[in-house]
Amino acid sequence: MLETCALSLLMFTGASQFAFIGVVGAGGSPWAGAATAALLGSRNALYGVRLSSLLDIRRWRLPASAHFVIDETTAMAIAREAPADSRYAFWATAIALFCLWNLGTLIGALATHALPDPKVLGLDAAPPAAFLALLAPRLNAREPLAVALAAGLIALVALPFVPTGVPLLIVAAAVLLYGIRPR
Amino acid sequence: MTWAALLVAGAACYAIKLAGLSLPQRFLEGPRVQRIIPLLPVALLAALVATQTFATGRHLVLDVRAASLAAAAVAVLLRAPFLVVVVVGAATAALLRAL
Repeated sequence: MLETCALSLLMFTGASQFAFIGVVGAGGSPWAGAATAALLGSRNALYGVRLSSLLDIRRWRLPASAHFVIDETTAMAIAREAPADSRYAFWATAIALFCLWNLGTLIGALATHALPDPKVLGLDAAPPAAFLALLAPRLNAREPLAVALAAGLIALVALPFVPTGVPLLIVAAAVLLYGIRPR
Repeated sequence: MTWAALLVAGAACYAIKLAGLSLPQRFLEGPRVQRIIPLLPVALLAALVATQTFATGRHLVLDVRAASLAAAAVAVLLRAPFLVVVVVGAATAALLRAL
């Protein structure tokens, strides 16, 4: 339970947290989970690039701001026109989300402790649904759709032959190969 | 070991965010980086959907989770909010198991 709360406090980027738990919960190595979480978090670096020009963060605030660079805060900040509004939107979203997210995590961790068998409530089917919901808005063109289908297929083909969690790393490597090829 | 991996993963995720804010822009504006980084979450999320639905441990299986993924997909197509999609997925599995 402590682990779950630590994930929300320290990692604070939802998809990566779910992935870490997904890999470890399925019996995979925690290190495979950590690598997957970091790879999923790589998109936050691109958000940082857009935010750094938009928010004009002062040096000493940079380390504190960085923790809150996620999907939601970026979306709220770039939707504003004036820089002052962007800054306000970024911090308001960051503080509200950080409090609610960690409160929700604590309640969830306490509640699942009281459950006898998670399968009765279908809780094992919740993570794939959550991943699908996170994935769907990204499938807005032909390329991501093809990449998603190929990635699912590669992961299932590799699954029986490698340790749990490793299919995800194979998929990440395949994306790198696909992305760096000359065109 | 889980704690060590958890702390390392948390630190890595934080370092990535900090790098985005503080690195000179040219490091992250190469055409390859711009192409790969948005595709990584797409591929990893798709792989997670596939492996968490059609596998138990290292065995491929077809069970009620496939039906609950289909139900969740319908919810997504109907533009249901995140939590509704998750609840639809879980509830479908719970219902089918209770039958």
